[in-house]
Amino acid sequence: MGELTLRPGPMPTGRAAGPTPLNALGDNVLTTTLDKVINWGRSSAIWPALFGLACCAIEMMGTVGPRHDLSRFGSELFRASPRQADLMIVSGRVSIKMAPVLRQIYDQMPEPKWVIAMGACASSAGMFNNYAIVQSVDKIVPVDIYLPGCPPRPEALIDAVVKLQRKIRGEPLVKRPA
Amino acid sequence: MLVERLGNRFTQALRESSDFRGDLSIVVDPNAVVEVARYLRDEEGFDYFLYATAVDWPARDPRFTVVWEVRSLANKTRIRIKTTAGMPEPHVPTMTDVWPAANWHERETWDLLGIKFDGHPDLRRLLMPPSWEGHPLRKDYVSFGEPVIFSDQKLEGLEPDAIRG
Amino acid sequence: MRSVAETRVAQEPFGPGPAQEPFGPGPAQEPFGPEHEPETDWVELNMGPQHPSTHGVLRVRLKLDGERVRDADADVGYLHTGFEKSFEEKTYTQGITFSDRMDYLAPPINNVGFVMSVEKLIGVEVPARAQAIRVLMMELARIASHELWLGTAGLDLGVYSGFFYAWRDRELVLDLNESYSGVRMMTSFTRVGGVAWDLPEGWIEQLQRFIDVMPGRIDDFEAMLTDNPIWHQRLQGIGALSAQEAIKTGVTGPMLRASGVDYDVRKAFPYCGYEQYDFQVPLGVNGDCYDRYRVRVREMRESLKILQQVVDTLPTGPWITSDRKVALPPRSELSKSMESVIHHFRLVSEGFKGPVGDVYAFVESPRGELGFYLVSDGTNKPYRMKVRPPSFCNLQPLKKLVQGVLLADVIAIMGSMDFILGDVDR
Repeated sequence: MGELTLRPGPMPTGRAAGPTPLNALGDNVLTTTLDKVINWGRSSAIWPALFGLACCAIEMMGTVGPRHDLSRFGSELFRASPRQADLMIVSGRVSIKMAPVLRQIYDQMPEPKWVIAMGACASSAGMFNNYAIVQSVDKIVPVDIYLPGCPPRPEALIDAVVKLQRKIRGEPLVKRPA
Repeated sequence: MLVERLGNRFTQALRESSDFRGDLSIVVDPNAVVEVARYLRDEEGFDYFLYATAVDWPARDPRFTVVWEVRSLANKTRIRIKTTAGMPEPHVPTMTDVWPAANWHERETWDLLGIKFDGHPDLRRLLMPPSWEGHPLRKDYVSFGEPVIFSDQKLEGLEPDAIRG
Repeated sequence: MRSVAETRVAQEPFGPGPAQEPFGPGPAQEPFGPEHEPETDWVELNMGPQHPSTHGVLRVRLKLDGERVRDADADVGYLHTGFEKSFEEKTYTQGITFSDRMDYLAPPINNVGFVMSVEKLIGVEVPARAQAIRVLMMELARIASHELWLGTAGLDLGVYSGFFYAWRDRELVLDLNESYSGVRMMTSFTRVGGVAWDLPEGWIEQLQRFIDVMPGRIDDFEAMLTDNPIWHQRLQGIGALSAQEAIKTGVTGPMLRASGVDYDVRKAFPYCGYEQYDFQVPLGVNGDCYDRYRVRVREMRESLKILQQVVDTLPTGPWITSDRKVALPPRSELSKSMESVIHHFRLVSEGFKGPVGDVYAFVESPRGELGFYLVSDGTNKPYRMKVRPPSFCNLQPLKKLVQGVLLADVIAIMGSMDFILGDVDR
């Protein structure tokens, strides 16, 4: 090891040390933009809505399960109430009967909110080009990430969450197009 | 034999019977279908209801074949009861009095194929929204979905890229 | 938590009383309607379609008198996908891919049921090795499905760790699926007349490791739940269905067997060579939620027994029929014979035709008897394909089962039914 550069004096800490002198902040100050720090917070703890539709919901559960463990990416806390969630994972085919319900759940989520269309059915109705299925969920809600696969593997869902985090970090704070 | 017993008992009502790949099915007059069913349940032991459905044959008259299939758990046999229903208002008697399990199956048949089951306690749409128009499993109901546009095709004079938005 | 005394009250309506018509046209068990209104008001509670314990998108409208449920109306169809219409538009081989997505917890069993209806219509013999491979995949799917049921039904009742144990074990089955068919869930491994591929190298060894490790894992579950007093209190005596009522309401699978009715398609009408294997059909006594749990756990052990027997007696030979009317020519012929190439092209693009007629083929899915009623008009596509979904039949008595129970028990009852909404709604 080379020579240590010492601070001018010992760092006073705690209440016993009295009011912290200004120069004691030293190199503990970090300057950044508000955008960056808020987006860092938002992207590091995305809470998805506990909302499963079809086959993809099973793989979504697998992603939370012990092997794939979505909590490594701060996104494991599935909330049953949409009021507490900021990510909607549309995991499966959306029927025409379900569409208004899905939109209502989306509307109940507080801003800012994001949507992952998980799997072929949510992205484009997949193989179900028929009377019962909404042909892509982006007709009802704005989609941030389209995730291919039928159903996508848990690794793919993790990748989608990571890509979404990257997207959130780049978003302007003031205005987000709805 | 079951078919012979049925034929002797219901000489008028039993129109035909067939045994295709070991599946026994009988075609019964719609007016007598509940009577036949009651006989099958009480005398022949067909106690377990399997499903009810209908098949749409637009070229035939009457147009619809309504199908119920039941099983006898004790005898390990199965019989398919068929009857017919014609346009404009296809209707057949309900089986819910004989086999209560037919309830939802008949609701589904009403929903998807538009067969009315006379005397059904709760004949509402089951799978489609209540305000839905039409009966999707009829052959003349177009499974609309969306046309698939390839890059070298045009739809209603629009360029493919314009359709995709 | 509610007291034991309350639990007893909840049982009362289902005690061994006079036989009543469960769905008959007469009045419901408890007189219900404006003129019979109790002194207290009732509340209508909407449960679902987005509710963590409905296991999908089921909506139930409950009429509550305080905590007690007086009536329920299940509203299904939120996942209606139009499978039956889609089947009519696809050839028999293409239809296999659709059948996976109906009951998405047991895709191999759907695959087998679908092709069995086509094989019955056309009259194709399936080689012994293909039958054995089908049995392997089906029993693996049964174990995986029951594992998932244990995890999620436990989750509804507060057993959080069970979910993680269940997923740890389920991943092993998904691995086996993946190394056989290339995908974790939607295997689509059957073809009319056999299966699509032979077992890959090393697969049987992988399966043997699974068979060896699973009994201990099931023991873990049983140690956690079977004698757990909270588990008992939440499940015993709740949602009981007598044998007579179970037959009358048309329930099937573990729900029927929990009520003591000895009916399993694998025993009653053996298919795919189930008659060669020695296994028991677990039966319940009381038909309540706890018996359904016991039946499923024991079924997993029986499935492991079947798997071991298939591994020990796995036949060699072809894995798809040599009947070129339905089976593709082998790849080795394609480089040598022009006729084979043309034949291959015809089978892939146009498919094969079936005779005019209608058949019903059925298999035992983890939820009960899954049937396919196939009507053919002689073309290369089904004229009509009606699916007899077991979850649909099991969900039907919900109204009857929840009348008179407490609201918290509705969760337990719905959990014990193990319905898959993709199967109910199709």
